[in-house]
Amino acid sequence: MSNAFISSLKQGTRQFGMVVDTVACVGCSACVLACRNENEVPEGCSRRWVNQVVEGRFPDLKMEIWSESCHQCANAPCVSNCPTGASHVDEVTGTVQVDPAKCTGCKACMTSCPYNARYVHTDGYIDKCTLCRHRLIDGLPTACESICPTSAIAVGDLNDPSSRASRMLQLRNSKQLHTAAGTRPKFSLLV
Amino acid sequence: MIMQSPFVETTTTRVNGHVDPVLNVWPWEVPADLFLAGLVAGLLVIFSAVVLLRKEEKFPTVVKWAPLYAIPLLSLGLFLLFLDLSYKLHAFRFYTTFQVSSPMSWGSWLYLSVFAVGGLQFAYTLAENHAWRSTRLGKLFFWKWFEGFEVSTRRKLAWGSLVAGIGLGTYTGVLLSTMPSRPLWNSGLMGPLFLISGIAAACALMMLTSRQSQERQSLLRILLPAVLLNLIFVLMWVVDMSHGNATNLEASQMLLGGSYTAAFWALVVVVGLLVPTVLQVQAVRGRWNLSLVAPVLVLFGGLALRVLLVQAGQAFGYGV
Repeated sequence: MSNAFISSLKQGTRQFGMVVDTVACVGCSACVLACRNENEVPEGCSRRWVNQVVEGRFPDLKMEIWSESCHQCANAPCVSNCPTGASHVDEVTGTVQVDPAKCTGCKACMTSCPYNARYVHTDGYIDKCTLCRHRLIDGLPTACESICPTSAIAVGDLNDPSSRASRMLQLRNSKQLHTAAGTRPKFSLLV
Repeated sequence: MIMQSPFVETTTTRVNGHVDPVLNVWPWEVPADLFLAGLVAGLLVIFSAVVLLRKEEKFPTVVKWAPLYAIPLLSLGLFLLFLDLSYKLHAFRFYTTFQVSSPMSWGSWLYLSVFAVGGLQFAYTLAENHAWRSTRLGKLFFWKWFEGFEVSTRRKLAWGSLVAGIGLGTYTGVLLSTMPSRPLWNSGLMGPLFLISGIAAACALMMLTSRQSQERQSLLRILLPAVLLNLIFVLMWVVDMSHGNATNLEASQMLLGGSYTAAFWALVVVVGLLVPTVLQVQAVRGRWNLSLVAPVLVLFGGLALRVLLVQAGQAFGYGV
C-alpha cells in the first residue's frame, strides 16, 4: 500500500464505488459465493445476487446479465431515514455501512432502499454489502472482484481517475439504475 | 424468482426473506400502530379543542374519556412497534440519539412527548373522577397534586396536547411519505390525510362511547365534516399520484386497475367514507335515526386505509 493511498484514506477523500460490465458478466454467481464466504452471510440471505433480463420476442432477443449489491448511494435514504445512526457513511471509504450495535431492526432502511439491497440478518440487525470495507482499507480488492473469472466487476475510488473502475467508466457507455429515486448511486453498469 | 411483463423476463438469484418477490417488512404491526397513533392524535386534538373552546358541558364524554383512552391505546401501538423490531434488545437505541434527518427519530421523541402530555391529562382526568378517587389507589397522596390543577394550568396543558396531537397525527403520514423508494407514498398529502383520518376515527370512538343523544348529535357535526375532508384528501392524493412523474403514475396503477384497486375503493372509499357520509347526512336531516353503524364504519375505514396503503406501498418498488 502506498503512503499516498493511506494518506487519502485518512483524509476521507475516497469515494469507493462499483462498476459491473454487463457484456463480460456470464452470471456464474462466483461473486455471490465469494461474498457469502468472505462475509459469513447466513444461509437464505444475499448481499450479492445476479440478475438476468431478457427482452424482445423470439428470435429477436436481447439479454443482459449483471451482478448486483448495495449501490453505495451518495445520497443514501437508508442513512437519512435511520433513526439511530446505525446506517452511516464511512468517512474513510465513503461507503454506506451498518453498525449492528446501534441497529434496532426497525426496517426503515429496508423500505427506504430502492434497490432492496438489505435484509434482516439472522442475529436480528439489518445487513447489507459493506463493499468489503475490511479489505479496501488494507488495499485489497473486494471478494467479488477478486474472484470474478471475466473481470466484469471493478471496485475503486471514483474520485481517482486512474482507478480501474474510473477508467472503465471513461472508456465505455454506462448506466445507473433507478435514478428517479434521487439517491445518486455509486454503482454503474457498463452496457 | 421470475418476474414477467410483456416482452421482458427478469430473473434474479436474490431470495431474501420479506424482500422477495415483493417487499413486506412492515406487515400488520406497523399499519395497526399507525392507526392507533392516528386515533390517539385525534383524541388529543378533540379533547384539547373542547377544553380550549370551553365546551366541556356540551361534550362530557370527550372530557371524561378521551384522555383515559389515549395513553392505553398509545401504549398498545408502541407495543406493536416493539413486536415489529427484529432486534428487540436494542429498542433503547431510539432514545440514545436524535437523528435530525430521520422522521422515525422525530417520531420516537414525539411518542415520548405525547406520553408526557397525555400522561398528565390521564392523571388529571382520573384525579377529577370522584368514583375512582374513592378506590385504594385513588386515595394515594399524589393524586391531590393533580386535583389542585388550576383552570389556567389545564388550558396550558390543552395547548400542549393540541400541538402533540397534531404532530403525532401528521407524523404517521410523513413517516411513509419520506421513503423515496416507495413511490406510492411520496406525496405531501400523506401527513394531513392521516391526521384528518385520525381525527375522524377519534370522533367516531367518542360517538360510540357517549350515552347522551345530545352529545352524539354534537359529535356528529364534527364527524361529518371530518369524514368529508378525509374523502377529499383521499381523492386529492389519488389525483396527485396519477398526475405525477412516470414512477408515480405506475405506482398509482396499484389503486387504479392493479391488484389493490378493489380492496381500496370498496373498503376505504365506499365502506369507510361514502356509506358513513350518507348515513350521517340522513341523520342530520332527520330522515334516519342516528345509528352507531357510521362510527363503526369510520373506524374500520381508517384501519383499512393504513393497512392497504402500507401493503400496496411496499408491494410497488422500482423492481430489478
